[in-house]
Amino acid sequence: MTRTATGERDTVLRLDGITKIFGALVANDAISLTLHRGEILGLLGENGAGKTTLMNILFGHYVADSGTIAVEGRPLPPGDPAASLAAGIGMVHQHFTLAENLTVLDNIVLGTESLWRLSSRRDAARSRIRKLGEDYGLAVDPDVTVASLSVGERQRVEILKALYRDARILILDEPTAVLTPQESAALFETLKRFVASGLSIIFISHKLGEVLAACNRVTILRGGKLVADHDVAGVTRAELAELMVGRPIPEAKSEPRAPGAAVLRLGRLSAARGLLSLRDVDLEIRQGEVVGIAGVAGNGQSLLADVISGMQQPSHGRLELNGATLHAVTPRAMVASGVARIPEDRHAEGLIGDMTITENVVSETYRSPALSRFGLIDWRKARTRAEDIISAYEVKCPSPDVPVRLLSGGNMQKLILGRVMAEGPKLVLANQPTRGLDVGAVSYVHARLLEARSKGAAILLLSEDLDELLSLSDRIAVIYRGRLSPLRERRETTIADLGLLMAGHGFAGGEDSHAA
Amino acid sequence: MEAIEILFTASLWAAAIRIASPLIFGTLGELICERAGVLNLGIEGIMTAGAFSGWLAVYMGADLWFGVAVAAIVGATLGLLHGVLVVPLGLSQHVTGIGVTLLATSLCYYFYRLAFPEVTSPPKIDPFQPWPVPVLSEIPVLGPALFQQTPLTYLAFVMVVLVAWFLERTPLGLAVRTVGENPAAAEAQGINVTWVRIGAVMAGSALMGIGGSFITLSAFNSFFFDMMNGRGWICIALVVFGAWRPGKALLGAVLFGAFDAYQLRLQQLAGAVVPYQFFLMLPFVLSILALIFMSRRVAYPRALMVPYRKGER
Repeated sequence: MTRTATGERDTVLRLDGITKIFGALVANDAISLTLHRGEILGLLGENGAGKTTLMNILFGHYVADSGTIAVEGRPLPPGDPAASLAAGIGMVHQHFTLAENLTVLDNIVLGTESLWRLSSRRDAARSRIRKLGEDYGLAVDPDVTVASLSVGERQRVEILKALYRDARILILDEPTAVLTPQESAALFETLKRFVASGLSIIFISHKLGEVLAACNRVTILRGGKLVADHDVAGVTRAELAELMVGRPIPEAKSEPRAPGAAVLRLGRLSAARGLLSLRDVDLEIRQGEVVGIAGVAGNGQSLLADVISGMQQPSHGRLELNGATLHAVTPRAMVASGVARIPEDRHAEGLIGDMTITENVVSETYRSPALSRFGLIDWRKARTRAEDIISAYEVKCPSPDVPVRLLSGGNMQKLILGRVMAEGPKLVLANQPTRGLDVGAVSYVHARLLEARSKGAAILLLSEDLDELLSLSDRIAVIYRGRLSPLRERRETTIADLGLLMAGHGFAGGEDSHAA
Repeated sequence: MEAIEILFTASLWAAAIRIASPLIFGTLGELICERAGVLNLGIEGIMTAGAFSGWLAVYMGADLWFGVAVAAIVGATLGLLHGVLVVPLGLSQHVTGIGVTLLATSLCYYFYRLAFPEVTSPPKIDPFQPWPVPVLSEIPVLGPALFQQTPLTYLAFVMVVLVAWFLERTPLGLAVRTVGENPAAAEAQGINVTWVRIGAVMAGSALMGIGGSFITLSAFNSFFFDMMNGRGWICIALVVFGAWRPGKALLGAVLFGAFDAYQLRLQQLAGAVVPYQFFLMLPFVLSILALIFMSRRVAYPRALMVPYRKGER
């Protein structure tokens, strides 16, 4: 849309034929792209499409096997972060690169002065950071340590680091992954101010909605190749998704269904671990419904999941399962009562990488009579079950006897899903079930969860992805600093409502949060 | 009663400062290494090498300060060895450090035997003499304790201020601290993690070398086997005691020096009744207690002992 309006536009960055090969994997295959002055370019692609590799090459963390990079027409020497910084490229990494025990000022100033100065010019730096913060709406106190900042504030520090060095090109890698919808909206406003003042931005994401909202143009990578380069005007989400994955993606549709009896009921339940605690959580999940829990990461989601899976003892309150109050909460008791879990971190708490698929498949339920006799595991039956899961859930693997660590993330998650569904669970505890998965695997997981729901299972879905929650859940609550908002019907809920709750509005003092 | 009175004598505190001086150098050196994220267990050997090489240079006719410089250079060279092994090659810092200690100590003994194949009593040099600071040394108690020391002791105190200034106020010091906290953050700001770490280990090891030379050029006047006697290991503990801060490390070193000086005097006082080993043990027991008390909630460098490999998450 803009190219015709302004004619031939300034090119600030040109990547030409970038190729990078890791062993047998072609991470980037002859990728060429251009970035124009004052534009936000969306870089879209699934996990493993090569986005991060490409940006790491641009920033000098990796050296490309072939291809050239030019900034403002001048070639950029490969493999030298200092040269990329000097050329005006600033990168905001998905995993922040901040030293937590140092102050904001230290983090920003590092590397901007000659290392041989006898004294750092801290006063000048401090006032410059304050000024940048005011100009762009990124205010942060320069003298506090990074450890004391919230995630949103840390991201501001990352952006300030780039601005302080007069970056002309800003690369943001999945910048909204850790933000609430309101924080994301504020970030988009900030980005618009940047481009208005002449910066150019590359915005890396796999969230289609954000790319459409924030960017002028979008470049799509798939399997290391550049497959599309579009202006965002006139492009739909479905088209982008198809370009990204290479085939049409069915959207999960949850049909209305009358819920049955309560499966899990928490009554004023509290639990504490370290600095984090759950306080007076009330929750009810019924047969055949999906209850979604929204919240910014670190507000007590994992503690809640651990209580329900029996790994954390509640300190107060009631936990009722299938109508019976449980006193001793242990993982074994929970598994025996029909609780199946999809853990948050499939590597740490889901699967054991060095054990085989068969062993992993039976690791939670080997006591079940279907798998053992006289206390001995019946390996033939176990292997049959593993084979059933592999074929039913399309797990790509050479045989059930290979160690699980050889599977990709998506296939690991399919294996966990198969294990979860095998015993006909009464309650499925799904904690971030699609984290780190690509679009195809995500839609698969969604379909299977809805299938379990239609078989009458109760499903508790904890997720940081609001689109996922809104498309799957029947009822939704928000968790904030260990408190849970009352459940509300999905139909009556908007992203904006959830965003406010996720930022803590309506939780203060707790008086209005317990009104319903 | 007499045991208490000792605590108020100038000679006790003068001895405390004297005993503390090599520890101050060693602790500052270790502290710089660790702030950059590298544990340097080579310290015991590096101090021994400093003691031997500095003394040998002076014995062969060099000026005393030239001997100190030789000790620093030898220390830095051993630091380079440790740095290259653990930073770019990423070897275990524990194992490498102990290896450096064994290597350096053995080399000293080897060269000692080569240089003096047939001596029975160790050859002597003329060590640094006390240099009373005008006016200040006249202050009662404090004067004799603090200001009638040898120049190397004054240098130790100056180094505390310099190292603190370096770490907190200079851009290079900030780079050192960041490399020890989160090397990826330093890399993202264009800092070469490998060079900063190796440089820090070399500078720290140079200080350890000087600390070693204090033993042969100031405290005594000759070189014996086993004369380092675990001082390097004490420095490792003092870094923790000092919570990785130069000022607190100085306090720790002086405290340890005071314990040690005190036990020497108690031995003379009560040696007939209590076995002397008990007193020998005291400074170490008190150090452990102080360590437990002081270091419960310290912010240690986050990347200490974590090798950094570029491009790896």
